[in-house]
Amino acid sequence: MSSLGALQGEFFMLGDDACAEGALSAGCRFFAGYPITPATEIAQRMAYRMPQANGVYVQMEDELASMNAILGASWAGAKAMTATSGPGFSLMMENLGLGIMMETPCVVVNVQRGGPSTGLPTLVGQGDMMQARWGSHGPYSIIALAPTSPQDLFDLTIHAFNLAEEYRVPVLVMTDAEVGHMTEKVVIPPYDEIERAERKRPTVPPEAYQPYLCEPGEWVPAMAKAGTGYRFHTTGLTHDERGYPSTADERVHARLVQRLVDKIEQNRDRIVRTESMYLDDAEVAVVSYGIAARTALWPIQMAREQGIKVGLLRLVTVWPFPDQMIRELARHVRSIVVPELNMGQIVLEVERCAAGQASVTCVPHAGGGIHKPLDVLQAIRRAAGWE
Amino acid sequence: MDSEDTQRASRSERVRRQELHLDGRDDLAARAERHPMDEMLREDRLPHIWCPGCGLGVTLTCFISALQKSGLDLDKVCVVSGIGCTGRVAGYIKLDSFHTTHGRAIPFATGLKLANPDLTVVVYSGDGDLVTIGGNHFIHAARRNVDITVICVNNFNYGMTGGQAGATTPVNARTTTTPYGNFEYPFNVSSLAAASGAVYVARYTALHVRRLEQAMVEALLKPGFSFVEVISPCPTGYGRFQQQQSGLETMRYYRDRGRLRSEADVHQAGIVLGGDIIEGKFVDLERDTFGQAQESGLKRAFDKPGRDGR
Repeated sequence: MSSLGALQGEFFMLGDDACAEGALSAGCRFFAGYPITPATEIAQRMAYRMPQANGVYVQMEDELASMNAILGASWAGAKAMTATSGPGFSLMMENLGLGIMMETPCVVVNVQRGGPSTGLPTLVGQGDMMQARWGSHGPYSIIALAPTSPQDLFDLTIHAFNLAEEYRVPVLVMTDAEVGHMTEKVVIPPYDEIERAERKRPTVPPEAYQPYLCEPGEWVPAMAKAGTGYRFHTTGLTHDERGYPSTADERVHARLVQRLVDKIEQNRDRIVRTESMYLDDAEVAVVSYGIAARTALWPIQMAREQGIKVGLLRLVTVWPFPDQMIRELARHVRSIVVPELNMGQIVLEVERCAAGQASVTCVPHAGGGIHKPLDVLQAIRRAAGWE
Repeated sequence: MDSEDTQRASRSERVRRQELHLDGRDDLAARAERHPMDEMLREDRLPHIWCPGCGLGVTLTCFISALQKSGLDLDKVCVVSGIGCTGRVAGYIKLDSFHTTHGRAIPFATGLKLANPDLTVVVYSGDGDLVTIGGNHFIHAARRNVDITVICVNNFNYGMTGGQAGATTPVNARTTTTPYGNFEYPFNVSSLAAASGAVYVARYTALHVRRLEQAMVEALLKPGFSFVEVISPCPTGYGRFQQQQSGLETMRYYRDRGRLRSEADVHQAGIVLGGDIIEGKFVDLERDTFGQAQESGLKRAFDKPGRDGR
């Protein structure tokens, strides 16, 4: 362990634990949470590890409190995180919006389980993907990542912190019960070799500081740290560049909302990450994310062995959606197959971007398990015109 | 800021200076024209939104005065509000200030304080915000004894949305959602704080400003969860339905029925429609704050030889 409390080396590690270690390696020093299956292990790991890393662990009274506590901690200068699953994620939605409106960097992990409602606490689902995009009220943009393995969960948790710092927005790590409860090899690099982004701090004196004023050509304002003499105001109300409420002028609202959206959407090229496999000659493309992308690998290989030219586009970043990439893909393939552990969510985005250039079919799954390889294989064969 | 707004602001500043005859005077004279609390207010946000006769301005004056007397480093004081009329305090006071969501000021404040224990964190909000929608956070923050000060301005109704009943509305009180009288039993907020573990609990009306101010000073300096309940007039949303047409009438009621009883059992000091208002410092005790308990507990754990803290 380094003097800063971060681990280093090779481990046989639970996905949820890898998430907690990723956060620590990213510099996270505040965790607020509430127990919920299958995310509880993240809180347990944090309760044990945070004191070793001179950080704060606090168990709050519910998920509303957890979400607000990390926002407060972020303004106090900490990199902060909470972790939950579907029911808790629903409770966080209002204050996720507060984080977006106040432009507060933080990370929210959703270890997705089967829903709706209490659903399947111990079993997998990917039913919260649209909630991740649209779950808080009002117009906004958000960043969400979908890991496929414990190593990926470690890496993407670090990435999530960096994106949160850079864009001053809550970043969602949309993992699931399979990945969270999977134990695999996880390599943790030396603390000094990990890239860590830090939020931009004001360089002007307090009397000249406007909390929501951006430099020309930039989308993200500098964030003062509480207790450093800036005496700033921030609010969940629509506000002007001074952070003052402005609730009667729709132009102020338009300017603010446009910037909150633009800072994500105009930087899509820098934010969006995908991985592709066998796409060069593909006639059929599987587009998927998280555990569903991982379980699609075997049927893709089976189809290849049968002579079907099929490839995979894995969405590492699900939000913002890789519009351009799907548009180009749809021009080059005959059809697209989208396996996901819900009744059809991300497939709607794929259809939107394909815009009729390629046929798009979903391989839905209600959750509670992963796709049977033959179900995905059959969908690929149909998409290729073989069935 | 819009250029139009800028123009308007500089125009009103010019008018203000003319009215106060500030131009052409030396600095000292100009300073004498300023109110001693001006430095603590965001003057460019005034006038405030509160109604004539509202008690919130009085409570804010007491609070600013308490801050100035407390000797605290004001750069390190954060004010967190929820939603409602009282929630607007965070927007008027010139400190690091956070106007959060309805009911959630306390957990936000908890995060601020735990992540930086050097801060003095004050939650300033209303009864509907703190003990109705936010009641769960209120009792748990008190139980945890997190080192924050909570000031609850209790006007027995939801003022901003137009005078609806809440968890503090006395039995039989008429409000816009209890047109035939309130049939629910209310919380005695100070009792709730005390029962949940608050180390400092005081209640005063907005009329008894010296005592209120002193209670705020004590609460600010008290380590742990300190709580001040301010009974405050809301003529627009509440008073007029209880035969108190103006803030002044409500203040007269406070004068006539306010009873200073610091020795009273806080749990028997509930507010009854038309009854006495028991005021005083009900609780002032010593208990390790959450931060202190955490620090000493972790030290104990880590100091055990051969153990890594588990």
